[in-house]
Amino acid sequence: MTNKIYAINGPVIKIKNTKDFAMREMVYVGHKRLIGEVIGVNADMTTIQVYENTAGLRIGEVVHGTGSPMSVTLGPGIIANIFDGIARPLRDMKKTDGVYVTEGSDIPTIDPSREFDVTVLAKAGDELSPGQIYAECPETALITNRVMVPPDFGKCTVTYAAPNGKYKVSDTILKVDVNGEELTLTLCQRWPIRTPRPVARRIPINTPLITGQRVLDSIVPVAKGGTAAIPGGFGTGKTMTQHQIAKWCDADIIVYIGCGERGNEMTQVLEEFGELIDPKSGKHLTDRTVLIANTSNMPVAAREASIYTGITIAEYYRDMGYDIAIMADSTSRWAEALREISGRLEEMPAEEGYPAYLPSRLAEFYERAGNCNVLSGKRGSVTIIGAVSPAGSDFSEPVTQNTKRFVRCFIALDKPLAYARHYPAINWLTSYSEYIPDFEEYYEKNVGEDFLRVRQRISNILLEENKLMEIVKLIGSDVLPDDQKLVLETAKVIRVGFLQQNAFHKDDTYVPMSKQLLMMRVILRLYDRAGDALARGVSVRSILGTGLFDKLIKMKYDIPNDKPEMFREYSREIDKTLDGLK
Amino acid sequence: MLNIQYSGLAEVNGPLVCLEGVKGVAYEEIAELRLADGTKRLGRVVQMEGDKVILQVFEGTSGLSLDNTRTVFKGKPLEIPLSPEMLGRVFNGAGKPADGLGDVFAEKYGDINGRALNPVARSYPRNYIHTGISSIDCLMTLIRGQKLPIFSGSGLSHNKLAVQIVKQARIAEDSGKDFAVVFAAMGVQNDVADYFRREFEHAGASGRVVMFLNLSNDPIIERILTPKCALTTAEYLAFEKNMHILVIMTDITSYAEALREFSSSKGEIPGRKGYPGYLYSDLASMYERAGVIEGSTGSVTQIPILTMPNDDITHPIPDLTAYITEGQIVFDRTLDSEGIYPGLSVLLSLSRLMKDGIGEGYTRADHSDVANQLFAAYAKVQDARSLASVIGEDELSETDKRYMVYGREFEQRFLNQGFDENRSMDETLELAWDLLSLLPKTELDRMNAKLIEEHYRENAE
Repeated sequence: MTNKIYAINGPVIKIKNTKDFAMREMVYVGHKRLIGEVIGVNADMTTIQVYENTAGLRIGEVVHGTGSPMSVTLGPGIIANIFDGIARPLRDMKKTDGVYVTEGSDIPTIDPSREFDVTVLAKAGDELSPGQIYAECPETALITNRVMVPPDFGKCTVTYAAPNGKYKVSDTILKVDVNGEELTLTLCQRWPIRTPRPVARRIPINTPLITGQRVLDSIVPVAKGGTAAIPGGFGTGKTMTQHQIAKWCDADIIVYIGCGERGNEMTQVLEEFGELIDPKSGKHLTDRTVLIANTSNMPVAAREASIYTGITIAEYYRDMGYDIAIMADSTSRWAEALREISGRLEEMPAEEGYPAYLPSRLAEFYERAGNCNVLSGKRGSVTIIGAVSPAGSDFSEPVTQNTKRFVRCFIALDKPLAYARHYPAINWLTSYSEYIPDFEEYYEKNVGEDFLRVRQRISNILLEENKLMEIVKLIGSDVLPDDQKLVLETAKVIRVGFLQQNAFHKDDTYVPMSKQLLMMRVILRLYDRAGDALARGVSVRSILGTGLFDKLIKMKYDIPNDKPEMFREYSREIDKTLDGLK
Repeated sequence: MLNIQYSGLAEVNGPLVCLEGVKGVAYEEIAELRLADGTKRLGRVVQMEGDKVILQVFEGTSGLSLDNTRTVFKGKPLEIPLSPEMLGRVFNGAGKPADGLGDVFAEKYGDINGRALNPVARSYPRNYIHTGISSIDCLMTLIRGQKLPIFSGSGLSHNKLAVQIVKQARIAEDSGKDFAVVFAAMGVQNDVADYFRREFEHAGASGRVVMFLNLSNDPIIERILTPKCALTTAEYLAFEKNMHILVIMTDITSYAEALREFSSSKGEIPGRKGYPGYLYSDLASMYERAGVIEGSTGSVTQIPILTMPNDDITHPIPDLTAYITEGQIVFDRTLDSEGIYPGLSVLLSLSRLMKDGIGEGYTRADHSDVANQLFAAYAKVQDARSLASVIGEDELSETDKRYMVYGREFEQRFLNQGFDENRSMDETLELAWDLLSLLPKTELDRMNAKLIEEHYRENAE
């Protein structure tokens, strides 16, 4: 029996009286073969959301089932590429369809004609288990693709192994015997996007994701395998912060999901990452980046799927034993896509029109992050950093509030800071990271034994400043006692000299942890020595007159990243100048 | 198919009509409703269920009854005729000629809905548009291919500013060649539309302007089409005729309200403040049509104008707009009432693309540092002012007093400028240095010593 469209309302179509479709099954809709997914099944009606523009679709056109849930093809060739929300390669699409996104374009995720240099690791007679690596091939200059037995395969015995050589993605690499049935394994596999890929077990999080951004690494650190949210009103620099993390963080692979955002921003990522060189490997940043682009004018249903496509790709590389960082910009657009579809289905809305299942969907998404032992025994991690765009910059709106419940690191961007052009406009008082105690051992071994103490003192000075500012706003700073004036001046050095960071400056755009600690130490040294001088009866005025405070504010530019020894000169100068004050 | 006429309607509800027993119609197809008195109206398919079709009628449904119409489906989406001859012409909101000069001889027809640009096909916008207005050129530089809205309030000078931009806008490297304006008015009063028409003529610019006018008493469904018609024209002129097109759309608030009216008559579940849940996607489908694409030397730059209801920037319309557009230019009522034109709120305004389109090779090497310093210093002026309002200006510290002077001069000399005053980039930046020199050198913390040495005027006071 053929299944014909009965009703059309925007991206939602309905079919009457059919039992042919399963929930979450992927379908082809109409003559143009638009891609859709079943989102509701009942005795009377089957509901489908269509991932492409439905204009021109007619009642009575046929819908074909595929028998499998919405899936992506995973294999070498994904890195350095750019895809739409349902994993179609946009570059290839431009070649075949021109500058506009065309409906019903059925281009495979992975170029079937591209050849890879494959080293086959398994040999005939080997026993393989799910997730085990049986071949390797270089995917980009930076990343080696480790070809794995799909996780949903049973235990199998290799009956044939191809010799090393050049293969296309769908060429047979192995033939295996699974309970008497002969199956072939190629370079790629398919996986349903809404099902998390299994791991052996989750392991505790103990390493920070080093981003080179001082306010993040030193004040609100993000964890490898952890979750973080970056909420902020328009113009506060969410995208800029995500770009900076994507450029400089020490993950192996970046999955950047542009979900309902600006087309020009994706172009910027493409151009900029193509030019930038990764400081650790000396290779292009694109060689470790996957882009998923569903810009705000692309179909809304695919926006909902883009988040899942991105995380499935991330999990695939995690299973090879890599550390992945996902930038999701912005999860609010994804939540709005949920709301739009929910509205078309006439579901009962909860807060602000969002569906009641918003919190559970957010939780499912963020829970796919983690630090794990993968099936092959290696360690891999997925870190999720989601931008949130609160309506009216009001953090009490449902998406921000629900996100806050499921992330352990909250990086709040602040409008007043952005107006004063303090970038990154991360508010050090309202942001928090619950991961800091987990990193104690890491900091002791890799950064410095005093790191946490130094960090705490810096935070305390900022807190103290916040309290004093209440008074200053009322009566001005002139009437404060000298020790409190010193707190304000030191806090200014911390704010302008340490927390503010210039993304366009060649040294300041990325600052290693060791330099961050040295900067904090030298600021505290100035604070302590100045405190000593005050105790001896020297006035704040003459301490400020030494110009040391201004000098520290500019040290981020004056001390290059590769000259840490200059900090010793700074300390010596502080001691000498202040000890000399009478 | 074209010959089948459906007689009568099953239901009329606001701008929507429902037909029954319809077969073979496509989603978003255009239909023509012929009334018994011989007049014709156009409608678009917005929902279909079985043999029931819901049509949105562009010219409104007044006068329609259940049995005085015959409906014919056109078998295609709404298209408008396109031709270079459209320059200098005036159309109504649905793209029909409204200047009595007859139909446009179409070179081709364009589907007004447009299609999503493949992000890979875009080129990143980099070249600036010179507007001759200091505050915009220096602090929120307009880049070719950008969408930069003006957030205003009722009674402020946004229309005047828009006209001045149209009059003075020049592409940096060539002098006005291949530069044209597409102007879309949505729900504006008759005299406002007239003001624009007069001013364009006065400036001798009307030959390079295409106008689409939907006045405030015109049907709301037509209003929903107006920006789509304008942008289809703009895309055609930019990407097929390689022109640089500046699209001015006013007023987005009326547009969004039309959308809300339409949505509620369809019985949709509302999002914030009664606006439909898809307001973001809908606005994006409009704003994202700005840009530069590979393989064409043209560009579409957008300046949408919106009046913030109750001057509230957190209202859904400005809020969602600013999340899509590449910055915003915000009017300030206090400055405006102090007689400063254009009274722009510098701290709330932002151009996201300016960082890549200014500086050496585009404007001047010191541009970016000067802009940052002006912003940062003006932010400190606000602190000094709020302190002064508590303790009095006399009690302020020396530095804060200098900031107070800087603040006043900045507003009076830099922001404020004449309607006919067209400042060059050099004039603007030199003026900025004059102002920065009112501050002590040590306060210039966003620039390096060398730059200060080169430009700082030692005895500015």
